[in-house]
Amino acid sequence: MEELRQKYIAAIAEAADEGALEALRVQAVGKKGEVSLKMRELGKMSPEERQVAGPALNALKDEINSALAAKKASLADVALEERLRAEWLDVTLPGRPRRQGTIHPISQVTEEVTAIFADMGFAVAEGPQVEDDWHNFDALNIPGHHPARAEMDTFYMARAEGDNRPPHVLRTHTSPVQIRSMMKHGAPIRIICPGRVYRCDYDQTHTPMFHQVEGLAIGKDISMANLKWVLEEFFSAFFGTHVETRFRASHFPFTEPSAEVDIRCSWEGGTVKVGEGDDWLEVLGSGMVHPKVLTAGNIDPVAWQGFAFGIGIDRLAMLKYGIPDLRAFFDSDLRWLRHYGFATLDMPTVHGGLNR
Amino acid sequence: MKFTLSWLKHHLDTQATLDEILDALTDLGLEVEGVENPAAKLGAFTIGKVLKAEKHPDADKLRVCIVQTDEGESQIICGAPNAREGITVVVAKPGTYVPGIDTTISVGKIRGIESHGMMCSEREMEMSDEHDGIIELPSGEVGQSFADWLAENRPEKVDPVIEIAITPNRPDALGVEGVARDLAARGLGTLIPREVEPVPAAFAAPFTVTIDEDTLDGCPLFAGRLIRGVKNGPSPQWLQDALRAIGLRPISFLVDVTNFFTYDRNRPLHVFDADKVKGNLRVHRARGGETLVALDDKEYTLQAGQMVISDDEGPESIAGIMGGAATGCTEETVNVFVESAYWDPIQIAYTGRALKINSDARYRFERGVDPAFTPIGLEHAVRMIVDHAGGEASELIVAGAVPDTDRAYRLDTKRVESLVGMEIPDAEQRATLEALGFRLEGDMAHVPSWRPDVQGEADLVEEVARVASLTKLQGVPMSRATPGVPEPVLTPMQRRESMARRTMAALGYNECVTYSFIDQAAAELFGGGGDATKLENPISSEMSHMRPSPLPALLQAAARNQARGFADLALFEVGPAFHGGEPEEQNQVAVGLLVGHTGPRDVHGTRRGVDTFDAKADIEAVLAAVGAPAKVQIRRDAPGWFHPGRSGAICLGPKNVLGVFGEVHPKVLAALDVKGPAVAFTVDLAAIPFPKAKSASRGAMELSDLQAVERDFAFVLDANVEALDLVNAAAGADKALIEEVRVFDEFHGPKAEAQMGEGKKSLAITVRLQPKVKTLTEEEIEAVGKKVIEKVAKATGGTLRG
Repeated sequence: MEELRQKYIAAIAEAADEGALEALRVQAVGKKGEVSLKMRELGKMSPEERQVAGPALNALKDEINSALAAKKASLADVALEERLRAEWLDVTLPGRPRRQGTIHPISQVTEEVTAIFADMGFAVAEGPQVEDDWHNFDALNIPGHHPARAEMDTFYMARAEGDNRPPHVLRTHTSPVQIRSMMKHGAPIRIICPGRVYRCDYDQTHTPMFHQVEGLAIGKDISMANLKWVLEEFFSAFFGTHVETRFRASHFPFTEPSAEVDIRCSWEGGTVKVGEGDDWLEVLGSGMVHPKVLTAGNIDPVAWQGFAFGIGIDRLAMLKYGIPDLRAFFDSDLRWLRHYGFATLDMPTVHGGLNR
Repeated sequence: MKFTLSWLKHHLDTQATLDEILDALTDLGLEVEGVENPAAKLGAFTIGKVLKAEKHPDADKLRVCIVQTDEGESQIICGAPNAREGITVVVAKPGTYVPGIDTTISVGKIRGIESHGMMCSEREMEMSDEHDGIIELPSGEVGQSFADWLAENRPEKVDPVIEIAITPNRPDALGVEGVARDLAARGLGTLIPREVEPVPAAFAAPFTVTIDEDTLDGCPLFAGRLIRGVKNGPSPQWLQDALRAIGLRPISFLVDVTNFFTYDRNRPLHVFDADKVKGNLRVHRARGGETLVALDDKEYTLQAGQMVISDDEGPESIAGIMGGAATGCTEETVNVFVESAYWDPIQIAYTGRALKINSDARYRFERGVDPAFTPIGLEHAVRMIVDHAGGEASELIVAGAVPDTDRAYRLDTKRVESLVGMEIPDAEQRATLEALGFRLEGDMAHVPSWRPDVQGEADLVEEVARVASLTKLQGVPMSRATPGVPEPVLTPMQRRESMARRTMAALGYNECVTYSFIDQAAAELFGGGGDATKLENPISSEMSHMRPSPLPALLQAAARNQARGFADLALFEVGPAFHGGEPEEQNQVAVGLLVGHTGPRDVHGTRRGVDTFDAKADIEAVLAAVGAPAKVQIRRDAPGWFHPGRSGAICLGPKNVLGVFGEVHPKVLAALDVKGPAVAFTVDLAAIPFPKAKSASRGAMELSDLQAVERDFAFVLDANVEALDLVNAAAGADKALIEEVRVFDEFHGPKAEAQMGEGKKSLAITVRLQPKVKTLTEEEIEAVGKKVIEKVAKATGGTLRG
């Protein structure tokens, strides 16, 4: 039996492939294999002999089976290794192409502004871009003869022959949304109104369409000092650094008192850095809402007061992200969209941060 | 508004420096737009004395001079004919920039002899065109700054010119006196009263002035005096200098006087050559159609109702806007009628706008000049004319009266704190208003006649805060309206817009923001371009109409990018579309555009042209993201700018179109110069119904432990049978058991027809059965299969493919 064992163990060890291994299995432990035949002979043995030969044969059968299995596995390993060696890829080849979308800076910055003001309790209001002249001018204390009308470079909609209403305009600012919101919701109210506005002007630094965000807060005791705080909080959060503001007296028909607001900046090295340096950059117009404007919005100017301001969104984007040319915002040049665009899931939030 | 520092000092007694004045102006709301300070250019030039001047040995016209400067004796070579011993000169030492020759002086050799600087002419320092020789000063110490010497001896040569922006509410600051008043109120000096001793009347008026009854509301006051025997000619030097400094061309003394008071006191005046006026003057409204050649030599046709000044022969002057050429003053004028009138701002604004005349007079009258100053301004002008040009003045010729503008508002000193948030003592508030010309009676503040903008209590607050300086304002925190975690502020529509935008970017599209207006031809391709959406005054013909959709602009952007070498594009925009010219005729859409191929050529061979099913997959993704229901109808009636056979409209019911998709019509591509293929989709964001349920709960999830079974069926169908009908028919075979029906193969075209007959195609579907009670037996599956085949046959006429 030991002879048998040695013969098969050695043969299994030398088997070259699975076929040879299978032949050996049949030869040794197959139904008519040598070991199997020997096991059949057990019946003819005396019980004593059987007691010895039985376990020995079983052990031999097990050993051969294990050796077969081990050899089979090792042959498979060798074969797999062989296959893997052949399966070589140039992994420096590019992956399957996938398009990469981007978000326009206007959208991103609008969401940034919204996130900050939402945190201070301002809702987002919207209104039509083709406006009647009452909402765009009269309600904002700009009557028909007012020089500001001419200075605003207004786009007018053509009027059909026989339609004698004053022509509609493309809103020159987001301020008419103030009026619509006040009329709809009354006081108290806190809103921002981002959106497209239009002025008939096109040169190096002006485009006939641009974006503004208007802010309005009306309450019992909201003052210009609150406005200054709100703006400084906004700018600091937006630019990610403490930003000081400077208020200068000015005039807008819809606010009184009115102020131009500058933010601290430096022009060192030819680029503007917000929040440092000794220069001031004019960024927005603001003031306390004019009593006539409150009245136009159906709000009692004796009982209520508050502030309003307007900032250019495109301008904010240019300042924050170092985008040089306003006109390029609206040109849809793929190179520009890729360079200045934002990642799809890069949602600005107050808790996650607003600086990219 | 431009003025010089010395002009300002004519009205303001001040020790303040130029910088202090500039800062105060801006802070007061009179924003400084620019300042030209000649002294700044002359800062490095100093005074020297020529000790010795000898002829250059190698040049006849050059002299070698020894000049005493603050740095000792310097040798300077000079070519000026007047360079000689003993004169006091202006020296540019090495290192000094000389603006007139755009050169920085360095030590150099001229014909072999070293020169250590330069002696300058006026032209070399850009002071004047004078270049006959170097400057010879009558006084001055060696080493003294030339700028300082000029300030002391010829201040007009270093007079800074200041330009400020005037907001429409401040007509008073359109005169230098008004600017001075603001600065005085701020504490930068005291206002110098400039009063006038009227010229006594020498003779009675030879003609009359009348204002028609219907014109009194537009011209409450018209005053004038006739001056006989003046000698017109060039203005005195100081007046010429003053006008030139602010960019005005001196014309003749009489005209210059009117310009002077326009800028000095915001009092436009008009001078008529009295010899050219026929008969009496009458202020009245035009009947319409009268013509007049104005001082700008253009002929204007008056419209009915516009105010004019006429003599017996017809219109002489467009009231408050521009005088007529026929009666204008010339160098030869000897008898002059000086007019000072008050015109209603609103009527002037409308007339000026209608006639398209932008004159200094219109600019001022439409903002509102000081009505009370009308007769006083006249006396100032008459006094200046008679004093300089001689002659004698008539008595006052006047019609109407100074309009009463007296009004008063209560000064509530606490209002400054409650509205602005600044604490300013009562006395200071009152002092400020008084310095600005308000008259206080108790707590009532009477508004000065030159401040038409002050119309209420809030204006008093504004004046006080402005003069006190808003830079002193300290921020005060504004708490949230309600404490605790803020409620969401975005409306469902705003969230939807953001979801659509981010989803499209996630699908690989680049977001664009294109103009809301577009050219008519492009608008017409997309169902727009009509008169309702037309702009009256477009900036160019490229932007003449409000766009019916962002899609044409995206296609134009695609064409531009293709011209730059980018052929494959995925662009989108979420923005407004305008279907009419009324405010409510605007809706927010999300538009995607795919052009060219799915990507660049690649080793994996995945590149293929984009097609309708790319657009369909993307519109479905966007619709799903914004919460559109899964069960929708697809109609074939997409708008005409799509390929009629390769486009569809996704609808809820027969009327509500949620979006459209498909291949862009080849004619549209050709018109917009886009190289196809191009597919696009539009989602009408507001058309999708918002879910009614408020609950955040998702409902229970139904899972079955039983094995699902899939069976495939291939049908032979008429080629025009739509897959959705097949799928719906199959799904209807057993609504409880059939979980899903998917189309997985389409076999069509000539080969298919060869096999299955003309006009036939084959569609193969997988039907997935999900038992819920017990595992299905083969017989049960067989039975469902039979029903599927029956249903499909009934609905589409299709038969199982053999």
